[in-house]
Amino acid sequence: MRTFTVHTGQAAPLRIDNVDTDQIIPVRFLTRLTKAGYGQDLFADWRDDPEFVLNREPFDSATVLVAGRDFGTGSSREGAVYALTDWGFRAIIAPRFGDIFTGNAYQNGLLPVVVPEDVVVRLWDLLDREPTTPVTVDLEAGEVRAGDIRQRFSVPAETRRRLLAGLDEIGNTLDHLDAIEAYEAGRRAALPTTGRIARLS
Amino acid sequence: MGQTLAEKVWRSHLVRSAPGEPDLLYVDLHLLHEVNTPIAFDGLRAAGRTVRRPDLTLGTEDHLVPTVDLFQRIEDPAMRRQAALLAENCAEFGIEVYRAGDRQRGIVHVIAPELGLVHPGMTVVCCDSHTTTLGAFGALAFGIGTSQVEHVLATQTLPMTRPRTMRVTVTGTLADGVYAKDLILALIARIGTAGAQGHIVEYQGSAIDALSMEGRMTVCNMTVEAGSRAGMVAPDEKTFAYLEGRPHAPAGDAWEAELAYWRTLRSDEDAVFDKEVVLDGSTIAPYVTWGTNPGQAAPLDGVVPHPSSFADPQERAAAERALGYMALEPGTSLRDVEIDTVFIGSCTNGRIEDLRAAADVLRGRKVADGVEVVLVPGSDTVRAQAVEEGLDEVFTAAGVRLRTAGCSLCAAVNEDRLRPGQRAASTSNRNFEGRQGKGARTHIVAPAVAAASAVAGHLASPADLAPRKDIG
Repeated sequence: MRTFTVHTGQAAPLRIDNVDTDQIIPVRFLTRLTKAGYGQDLFADWRDDPEFVLNREPFDSATVLVAGRDFGTGSSREGAVYALTDWGFRAIIAPRFGDIFTGNAYQNGLLPVVVPEDVVVRLWDLLDREPTTPVTVDLEAGEVRAGDIRQRFSVPAETRRRLLAGLDEIGNTLDHLDAIEAYEAGRRAALPTTGRIARLS
Repeated sequence: MGQTLAEKVWRSHLVRSAPGEPDLLYVDLHLLHEVNTPIAFDGLRAAGRTVRRPDLTLGTEDHLVPTVDLFQRIEDPAMRRQAALLAENCAEFGIEVYRAGDRQRGIVHVIAPELGLVHPGMTVVCCDSHTTTLGAFGALAFGIGTSQVEHVLATQTLPMTRPRTMRVTVTGTLADGVYAKDLILALIARIGTAGAQGHIVEYQGSAIDALSMEGRMTVCNMTVEAGSRAGMVAPDEKTFAYLEGRPHAPAGDAWEAELAYWRTLRSDEDAVFDKEVVLDGSTIAPYVTWGTNPGQAAPLDGVVPHPSSFADPQERAAAERALGYMALEPGTSLRDVEIDTVFIGSCTNGRIEDLRAAADVLRGRKVADGVEVVLVPGSDTVRAQAVEEGLDEVFTAAGVRLRTAGCSLCAAVNEDRLRPGQRAASTSNRNFEGRQGKGARTHIVAPAVAAASAVAGHLASPADLAPRKDIG
C-alpha cells in the first residue's frame, strides 16, 4: 500500500458536478492488464477539448484535483483510480464522493478529501486568480491549506493509520485467520457452494 | 430497540469487530467477470497468496462476449487477452467459471439468482456496482473495486464500516403499464443520484410486495444509481417460490431449516432507520431520462425541463450541460424525441419478464424504418426460455433478432456500441455521457416503453401505438 502523509502540489479546478467513473475513464479503456498506463486515458472523452482544464498550463501538471459535488459516482471500476494516480494525482478535493470510489482510492494511496462546498468554490476562485498557488493536503494534521484557506478534514481512523504507515490491508486481515476459521466452522451447512450441479433444469 | 434487515444480515456475518476499526465481514458468495479482475489475480500471485474459498467464488463471461456471434473472435487484442484471462485465472485457482457455450452462462447478476446461488441473508460481492441487484432476495449484496476483489479472494472477508440504513416505502398500487423500472426512476428523480449515499436501502410497502422477483431485482439493481451501497427487499413467499427447486437451493430437510431461518429475516417493527422516504406508488407514471444521469428523469407525458426550473444553481448548471450533450431543447415534449436505436437487455431488464413485456408490445407490429433494435437476453437460460415460449418468432416478425446473452450495449465494452450522435431508448441503467459509446445519447426506459419507441420511432408508451394489425 502506498503511503500518504503530506502532499503539496499544483491543483487543478474541475468545475463540474457528478463526474462519474465513466467520465474519469470510459469503459473501452478498461482492458489494460496492469495499473500503469491508465493515465493516458484519464477523462479521455473530455481531453479532445483544448479548453479542458487538464489541457491547460499550469493545470496539466496538477497533482491535486479540486472537483464538484459527487465525484467518482457510478461504476465500481478501480481503473478510474488507476487513471488518476497514473496521471500523477495524489489527492482529490470535493464536497462528496461515490462510496465505492472512496474505498478504491484509499486502496491505492489516493486521498479523497471531503470539504464543504463553499471551500471548494473558494479553492476554485483562488486557482482562477492565482493558478500556481500550491495546495497542501496534510493527512497527519487533517488539514487542507492553500493561500489563506485552512480547512480541516477527516479520514476514518483505521484508514488514516494504514495510509500513514503504508500497511497492507490483506496482510492485516490474515493476522486474524483464527477468527476467519472460527467463523467458517459455525456457518450453516446449507449455504451454497459454486461447483456445477448436474441437476440443472 | 429492534434491528433492521440490513443490521441482522451484517451482524450474522461479523468475523471480527473492534473499536476504531472497520468490521471484518464474511463473504458468502464472490462473483467474478472478465473486466476489472486480472489485476486482482496478479496481486495475489505477486504476494504468493492463494484463493481461500474457490468453492464460494464463481466466474462468468458477460462484459466482453460478442452477442451476434458468440464465438466470434474478439478483434481488439487487449480485450481478447482480458477475456481469456478470466478462464485462465479461474483454472489456476480452481474457481468454477461459466464460459461462452455453457447453457447457464450470462450476465453475472442474472445467472446467480437463476442458479439459486443467492439466498436470503447471504452476503454477496462482485467487482460490479450493480451487484445491488441481488438484494432483491434479502441478501446484502454490493459492488467492490479490484483491490477488494483481491482481498476477498485471499481472505473471503472484507473490512467494512457499516453503512447507515434507509427505508423507502412505496405505498399503493402501480397503475397498469407502470413497471418496476418506472418506480426506481421516479424514486431517483425524487431523491437524486446521491439521495441514498452511505446507506443501505430497504424497500417496503404494498407496491414492492406486489412486484415479481424480476421487478424487485430491477429496483435493487438501480438502487446504486441513487448512490447507495446496497438495496434490499425482505424475503417473502415469492422469494421462496422463486428459489425452490433451483440447482443451488437447499432441498429436503435443509430446505425446511433454511426456510425457518429466512422467515426471521425482516426488519423488526420497532427498528429505526437513519433515513425514511415514502413514495405513493399509484402516482408513478412511465418515466424516461432526459439528461446524463439517472436522476435526470421525468414522466413520459412531460417535457424536457428548462434548466431555469431548477432552484439549485448546481442542478441548473448540470441540466444545461446535460441538455447540451443530449442535444435537446427545453420544452420539447418527450414523446417528440426521435430515436434511432433501441436496446432491450442488461442486468436491469434482461430477464424473461422483460422480454415478455417487449414481446407483448411487438406482437403483430413492425419496428419503424431506420430504427435498429438490439435485443440481448440477460442469460442464455433466458434466451432458451424466450425461444421455448415462441417470443423469438414475435421478435423476428417485428424485424428484431434475439441475440445471445451478454452486457452488450449497457456496458458498450464489446463490439455493441453506438456511434457519436446516435440516440437510444435503453432499458439499461446508466445514461452517463459516452456510456453507450462516445457521443451517444441514452434515454433510460422500461422494456414496454423501449419496444413501443421502436415501433413509433420516437419515445412512446404502448398506449400511444396504433391498434395492431391482424392479430389472430
